[in-house]
Amino acid sequence: MGNVPTTVKHCLSYEQLIQDYPWLRRWLLQEKTITGHEYPEFVKIVEVGPRDGLQNEKEIVPTGVKIQLIDMLSGTGLHVIEATSFVSSKWVPQMADHTEVLRGIQRAPHVQYPVLTPNLQGFQDAVAAGATEVAVFGSASETFSKKNINCSIDESMLRFEEVINTAKEQQIPVRGYVSCALGCPHEGHIEPSKVAEVAKKLYEMGCYEISLGDTIGVGTPGSMFKMLQCVMKEVPADALAVHCHDTYGQALPNILTALQMGVCVVDSAVAGLGGCPYAQGSSGNVSTEDVLYMLHGMGIETGVNLAKVVEAGDFICNALCRKTNSKVAKARGRTL
Amino acid sequence: FSENLQCQALPEKVKIVEVGPRDGLQNEKTIVPTETKIHLIDMLSVSGLPVIEATSFVSPKWVPQMADQVEVMKGICRQPGVSYPVLTPNLKGFQAAVKAGASEVAIFGAASELFSKKNINCSVDESLQRFDEVMKAAKEAGVPVRGYVSCVLGCPYEGKVAPEKVAHVAKSLYSMGCYEISLGDTIGVGTPGSMSEMLEAVSREVPVNALAVHCHDTYGQALANILVALQMGISVVDSSVAGLGGCPYAQGASGNVATEDVVYMLHGLGIQTGVDLSKLMDAGAFICRSLNRKTNSKVSQATCKL
Repeated sequence: MGNVPTTVKHCLSYEQLIQDYPWLRRWLLQEKTITGHEYPEFVKIVEVGPRDGLQNEKEIVPTGVKIQLIDMLSGTGLHVIEATSFVSSKWVPQMADHTEVLRGIQRAPHVQYPVLTPNLQGFQDAVAAGATEVAVFGSASETFSKKNINCSIDESMLRFEEVINTAKEQQIPVRGYVSCALGCPHEGHIEPSKVAEVAKKLYEMGCYEISLGDTIGVGTPGSMFKMLQCVMKEVPADALAVHCHDTYGQALPNILTALQMGVCVVDSAVAGLGGCPYAQGSSGNVSTEDVLYMLHGMGIETGVNLAKVVEAGDFICNALCRKTNSKVAKARGRTL
Repeated sequence: FSENLQCQALPEKVKIVEVGPRDGLQNEKTIVPTETKIHLIDMLSVSGLPVIEATSFVSPKWVPQMADQVEVMKGICRQPGVSYPVLTPNLKGFQAAVKAGASEVAIFGAASELFSKKNINCSVDESLQRFDEVMKAAKEAGVPVRGYVSCVLGCPYEGKVAPEKVAHVAKSLYSMGCYEISLGDTIGVGTPGSMSEMLEAVSREVPVNALAVHCHDTYGQALANILVALQMGISVVDSSVAGLGGCPYAQGASGNVATEDVVYMLHGLGIQTGVDLSKLMDAGAFICRSLNRKTNSKVSQATCKL
């Protein structure tokens, strides 16, 4: 290409341009963000394995195992570990040992251990057992609400209002969940405006963060985008989290979409614990390991040590005599 | 954050290149009977897929699974409007493929020197020279050629692979006459970060409408990587029915991304593929029964009614 004028050479080959002007490459790289999208610098992972994960496992897990799992997770750098649930053991036998678990775990400094509290009774039990953060669960689907917690959405909001007001008095932060945000096993399609309505209600009542759950994992980046667009009109992005299930393999692209829209809190479960009660034999929660792998690969910080999460995942899978749902844990190839 | 950016950036249509019968079965341990292969391809042919990679004209000494290449090629019921490309690693393979009725072929380069040497026993440049022969013969015969670049986001031997190296190999294949270059994350280690970095480098050398992505799901990143590729203008995606094919570099791990899961995502985004998901799932169920194995597709596993 010796006789071709320089400018033509540069038009024909980016490599030639960089060879002639090496400083240009670094300048161009600094200018760019990934694909023109901006991503948060830091994402907070909310680890729901010990609660949402184990709650959906068939085997009743011994209290000692639950405590050890949480203690292992506490040493990974995770900032939030959902420890247990103060629901009636009649409904959720897996969580019957909620008090012993909360009392038995070794709380790491700077780590939160929220617990589910469906009503005032549960809240009071939780506080008596040492809880310093709680969570309430609403639904964007009337049918799901009735089938799951035996009351309408409005009735559930009244219950939660009691919890939130009492929590306020005791300065206990409350996280709100909205389930069926991208689809309901009974109703099918859920209107984004309904999700926004429920999210807004929980936020205005005093929840500091609203986790939007794709309970049956049917969402795609398309429906995630539309739903978040609607919710963000009512609740600021920095008060939102996504809780994606991987039942249809869509969790990571859905999470990616949420990040592109400004969400920076992601719920996940170590080893992808927890199946889907609505799709026999299918997976449920997205694996924390796989989420971390993606985030770290994008240069997003989480503060979490992936190898230690894999260890915790190995531990609980051995204890449950089951294989991990995490592809990263399965692959265990050489990490780059 | 731009609310509209995500929607505007996506293609209206995506072409799915189904690699299950070749890349998928090639990496399965059980040798699949010829009739089963033919039946699988025939089922896929009526599911709306526009491209189905049928077999590989490599020496059966190296890839016993593809020893019945000629019978498969001659036995399938070709649907009008569907392409059935076959792999041809060298001139001999090309000639055998054309003789067996192939009307499109594919050649395989690597972005990693070590991988090239270990996989096909020669350097990257030497492999490109070999393909030159194939390209010339294909041009004369009017047969389109698709180019593959493997290890675009990482190599099992070299580790990290420079995006510029990928761009160099992609450009060479494109300049030689390949109409499309499929960029393969051979060991599935890529993430949206490395995918976008690599695509930026490659799309400076090869027009984006001549590019495809071939993502492996070994680390669960495939769909996220495909989404990012779509956002960067890619509109051709390789995948494998039922996620057939493991990963020879990570024992027990998955390989190709499942076509069903890709189609589910694309349709959910309002992107057209022409594929009938339920017919595709039927084909996946068939091959899994024949192989006596579970599907790797999460969409197939789930039975949730919506």
